[in-house]
This record gives sequence, C-alpha cells and structure tokens, in this order.
Amino acid sequence: MIEKLKFRDAKLASRVAEKIRRVAQNERTIKICHVCGTHEYTITHFGIRTLLPSNIEVIAGPGCPVCIVPASEVDEAVEFARRGIVVTCFGDVLRVPGSELSLLDAKAQGADVRIVYSLTDAIKMAQTEKNKEFVFFAVGFETTSPSTAVEVASKPPKNISFLVSHRLIPPAMKLLAEMEDLTLDGFIAPGHVSTIIGLKPYEVFPETYRIPTVVAGFEPLDILMSVYMILKQQKRRAPKLENEYIRGVHPEGNTRAQELLNRVFDVVDSNWRGLGTIPTSRFTLKNEHSSYDANLKYGVKIERGTDIQQGCKCHLVVVGKIKPTECPLFKGACTPENPVGACMVSNEGTCRIWARTTTSPQTPPTPPT
Amino acid sequence: MCLAIPARIITKNGNLAQVDFGEAVLREVNVSLVEAKVGDYVLVHAGYALQVLDEQEALETLRIWNEILQTEA
Repeated sequence: MIEKLKFRDAKLASRVAEKIRRVAQNERTIKICHVCGTHEYTITHFGIRTLLPSNIEVIAGPGCPVCIVPASEVDEAVEFARRGIVVTCFGDVLRVPGSELSLLDAKAQGADVRIVYSLTDAIKMAQTEKNKEFVFFAVGFETTSPSTAVEVASKPPKNISFLVSHRLIPPAMKLLAEMEDLTLDGFIAPGHVSTIIGLKPYEVFPETYRIPTVVAGFEPLDILMSVYMILKQQKRRAPKLENEYIRGVHPEGNTRAQELLNRVFDVVDSNWRGLGTIPTSRFTLKNEHSSYDANLKYGVKIERGTDIQQGCKCHLVVVGKIKPTECPLFKGACTPENPVGACMVSNEGTCRIWARTTTSPQTPPTPPT
Repeated sequence: MCLAIPARIITKNGNLAQVDFGEAVLREVNVSLVEAKVGDYVLVHAGYALQVLDEQEALETLRIWNEILQTEA
C-alpha cells in the first residue's frame, strides 16, 4: 500500500520529533504507557525512544497476552496433553513456562502438541482426525477473542473444545491507573484491540483518572503522532480520548464482533501472571456453550501455579516499573534461546523484543545527545 | 497478539475470502466479522479479518498530519 511508506517516512518522523521536542521543552518528566506488545515492537524496532527528548518516557504495560497467561492455565494445557488429547495453540504459547513444564516440554516427552496459525487450522484437524480429542488453547486479548467466538458460535465438531485464556485490556489499564507507585501521564491505547472494542471502554481514563488517552496505529509515525497528541493534551491540562488510528478504528468498534463476544462469553475475575487478580478481566464460555469448555469436559481445573520463577522480574517488567535491562537475568541467564520468564518467550514480550534489538546486555537503545 | 496485517480481498465466497498480503500469494481468510467486498483492504489477525481499512481515512490521516506540521508552533 502506498501510504505505508508515508507512515514510515523518515523526514516526516523528524518533523514530528521536532514538534515533540518543542512541546516537551521545560516540562517535567512525562511518563506515557502503552499496553500492546506490537506497539513495543514498533517502538523498539524503529528506535522511537531515540527520537524522544530525555524527559519523555514511554513504558510498556501488560500488553503481551502470552506473557500474562498464568502458570495454572499452562499447567491445565500440559495436563490435557499428558492425557493424550491433541493440544493446539499459537506459536509462542508453546514455550511459555508452566509451574514445571511448558507445552514444548510436554511435546518433547511425547505429547501431541501442534502449533496452528489460525483457529481454523485446529478446527480442520478435528474434522479430519475424528478419532482424536482436540483442545485449542485460546490465548489473546480482544483482538483474538472474536475469532474464537466465531468458531464456537458455528458449533464446531464435538471432538474439539477450548481452554479459554482470552483476557480484556481495559481492566489491566485500570489496574495500572490505580497503582500507587506508578504515575501515568498518558495512555497509548492498542489500535487493533480498539478495532474490536471501539473507543468507549477507554473513556474512564481521561474522565475519571485524568489520563490523556490516544488510540494509536502501529506504524512509527502513528506512535510519534500519538505521543505528540498526548503531550498537547498535557500542556492544555485537558485530558481527553482521541483516536489517531482513524483508518482502522471506528468509534463504535466492530459491532458484529462485539455481538458475537457477548453471545459466546461471560466475563469473570482472573489471575494475570505477575499482576494478581484483576476483576472482570477474562472471557469464559457461557453455560449454553459449556460442552466446548475443556475444563468442564475433562474435569481439569488448576487454581494456582508458580507464575514467577526465582530471580525473574517479569512482574515488574509487565507494568513498566523496570526496563528489561534492569533485570539481573536479562541476556545472561535469560535469553531468547533459554528464557526464564514469559516476557522473554513471547514475540510480544518486552524482554524478548529488547533482547532481539539491543546489542549488549547493559546498553539500552541509545538516547539522543 | 495485536499483530494484524492489511490484505486485499481478491475473491470472496460467503464467510471465506482469498486475500493478497502483497506477495501475490493468495491465502484463505475468514471474513465473517466484516462487511467487505472484493477489492477492499482488510486487517487480518490470525486468519480472521477484523476490520475494513478505510483508504480515505488513511489519506485523511496523512492530510491532518501535514496540517499539524505546517500550522502549529
């Protein structure tokens, strides 16, 4: 697409960076938080932080849906695999640590664990291999949840069921907004979650918490523009909700997807790895779809697991309290090839993104002089 | 996974479409979540189209940015 090039145009980026520098001049330190692994990828990959003045800090919140899956749910998936059920999942879910084993470990021990690129592939497998039982480990935020809802609503074959791990982002943002030791001056809201949920779920942040909030796209210019918009709001002392990603996000979101989500799921409190219990933060299948609920079908429910391994600081990384480079294990004991914590496992994990981009363990992306 | 990639709908049959991600290789995508027609660009996430990308809004975005860059101090 032709405009993709403009959304990455270096000259345009310099001009926006200059605007940011001018509006940020003489301001105190301003801390802006995003909640999306793909935003962190764009920011790190394109060196966005190197374009920002030193008093503007962009931190990564819990925007990695794989990173915050509690160990107990991985343990449930491993248990299904151990029982001879075919467990299907997206790629990076395979290596997320459970209390003892990951699904990859289970696979190495002989379990039938298969990576799929789309839920459609798992459904097709269940249709073809009628003598086997399948479970799909449904991980992801509101961007991914509608695809699970589509398939459950279409009454898939009886030999497939779902381990539903889908979570909601606005409750996690609320947790961050209420943290006493974290003062946020702005939210960059996740663009693709917003294509589904629209703008309304974020209204509470400027209205009640007085935090400027901008829904951003995923090109480097989208992020820079969103930072600029937040700073303008800060300067005017007038926090509001703005949509930078107008080409992808309608104010009402995707109403068809929302209707499906409401039809298929209830919302319950849930544990997030590293964050503890967050109210009304996870989807669960409604009663009328309970025959597709893997926990109920096989009578497997594990309440607690070991979420954070010894020495691991993922619980601090996922709320942006420390940078990956501030974790003693980063790129030493914990590497992309040998991850200790979930943040180093997932492609959307802050630690993995930094590990793949920075050149040495203690050097963060170089700030401008 | 917030990673969603634009693709152009080449053919459509009910809830399924063949789309081009720019490599001229066609892949099958579920379009039941969107109202899209052949020729539209859609955002695709894990095999499902989530939203139709509005080219007018994309151009409007660039226009707004240029305006901001020209006029504001």
